[in-house]
Amino acid sequence: MEATKLRRVDFVFRPDNTSIDVLRKTLKRDADDIILELIDSGLKGRGGAGFLTGLKWKLAKEAAGDIKYVICNADEGEPGTFKDREILDRVPRRVLTGMAICAHTIGAKEGFIYLRAEYKFLAHKLKAVMAEMNEEFKKLGLDFSVSLRYGSGAYVCGEETALIDSMEGRRGEPRNKPPFPVTAGYLNKPTVVNNVETFVNCCIIANIGADEYKKFGTDNSRGFKLFSVSGDCSKEGVFELELGMTLADFVEEFGDGDTKAVQVGGASGFCVPRKKFKDTIIGFEGIPTGGSMKIFNSTRSMYNVLHNYLEFFEEESCGQCTPCRVGCQQLIKGIEAVKRKEKPAGYLDELVKLAKVMKVASKCGLGQSVGNAFVSIVENFREEIVY
Amino acid sequence: MANTEMFIRDLADKHGRRRESLMPILQEVIDARRYVDDEVMVNIAKELDLSAAEVYGTASFYSFIETEEVGHYVIRICKTIVCDMKGKDAIIEAIENTLKIKLGQTTPDKKFTFKTTNCLGWCHKGPAMLINDDVYSELTPEKAIEIIESYMHK
Ligand SMILES: Cc1cc2nc3c(=O)[nH]c(=O)nc-3n(C[C@H](O)[C@H](O)[C@H](O)COP(=O)(O)O)c2cc1C
Ligand code: SF4
Repeated sequence: MEATKLRRVDFVFRPDNTSIDVLRKTLKRDADDIILELIDSGLKGRGGAGFLTGLKWKLAKEAAGDIKYVICNADEGEPGTFKDREILDRVPRRVLTGMAICAHTIGAKEGFIYLRAEYKFLAHKLKAVMAEMNEEFKKLGLDFSVSLRYGSGAYVCGEETALIDSMEGRRGEPRNKPPFPVTAGYLNKPTVVNNVETFVNCCIIANIGADEYKKFGTDNSRGFKLFSVSGDCSKEGVFELELGMTLADFVEEFGDGDTKAVQVGGASGFCVPRKKFKDTIIGFEGIPTGGSMKIFNSTRSMYNVLHNYLEFFEEESCGQCTPCRVGCQQLIKGIEAVKRKEKPAGYLDELVKLAKVMKVASKCGLGQSVGNAFVSIVENFREEIVY
Repeated sequence: MANTEMFIRDLADKHGRRRESLMPILQEVIDARRYVDDEVMVNIAKELDLSAAEVYGTASFYSFIETEEVGHYVIRICKTIVCDMKGKDAIIEAIENTLKIKLGQTTPDKKFTFKTTNCLGWCHKGPAMLINDDVYSELTPEKAIEIIESYMHK
């Protein structure tokens, strides 16, 4: 697979005052036509899991029932991610337009933005824009309105079924899938849950067309993506880049010259050591990311990094299933014991086995991805964990 | 307290009495009172026709829905890795010294509670903290003390 060259682009943050024109034009189109174009564009969800957005909309459209919902996932809890906040702050009309296109496509009348409690300071401005856009929808003859719901400080509520549980007034405990939200989501009705950035991309594709969109990225990772860059960097913040570059190019651009490792995809992502930068592609053919890119230089202890992630998971596990609840605790205790020399270094191999069991035996993506950081850090920085 | 009964009834009138109304009601109690006590939960249960255990079960799941008494201002400092790398420990120490309490505690006058939280999404501008809904980023110990002092005078 050919990697792309690192290229900065500017689509998402263009002024959003023309997005109503995009909506006007799109509402005239047939739903199947919109779905075909979206599938053709190759757009995959920007929230992490990377499901084909066009296919998700198609499933929701075809699901039986008159009442359907559109939910924008603005829970953004993955450590190191802050691009959704930037979008909601700077181009909220784009997001709402994407949601309205979705509503028109699947036949939904009601939509929600599920905003994490930590971003509540955005609510005032966001509500005003929502009121304005709901009016615009009415004027355009679209029977659809969006309202705001809040999270309350639980990372797991970013998982779509936990998010729905939370909106229904329950503990945010992920459900077994299937059924998927596209057939049985909010209040058991067909529901599309998409990430904030995904909706913006839908709006962009409706505007520029799939052919233009497809010119960016690679076969498996179409388009461009926002990256939340932090850590030991030459520059930090949110950057929009074409998908498919190598990590080496990324580090060249954003590193501080002494980069030891990059954590791609947040705590639930993978840690890549320097020797693998050249061969790692950022995208679905390599390591996908919801956008979190954390750069560590040689002064950082990877034991501290791993310990910090494990504490995060231990606290945020909903506790519903044993492999995740007990596994997180045991992984922390385990590396602490190795560090204190109470256990031999070989004990790490047992812990790696446990992390791999968690991957197959946990119910949701939280427990399933603890092993990503664990195995990639322990395998690449074993001596830092032991000594 | 009749007061609480009325308060919850008003919230139920506003948000509805369905199960989906539960989170918006709990969240508005937090906005107004900073925590939900047993009396509040029993009243919500009555209004929404749920068991008190279900209300407690939901409320206690969420780290931003306090079920124990907290201060008027809840300070939550981010402890996730990048804020950690950028010196959150020094900020914690400065705030502990200013408020004369330790992490996890509430000041005797019930004005402040000091806690840690997971990633706030300000890694590029760490260390960061929330005071109720307001964000403070790019903290230094001096800046943190100044902010806390300004709240002390509120
Ligand atoms: C523990 C966990 C947390 C998640 N947090 C988020 C989140 O904060 N935002 C988000 O968009 N997706 C999050 N997801 C992914 C969602 O479950 C879902 O796949 C996504 O919202 C779908 O939208 P997309 O296809 O547009 O990416 C999370 C998944 C898991 C397992
Ligand atoms: S894997 Fe963890 S977070 Fe997910 S359902 Fe199981 S216990 Fe809950």
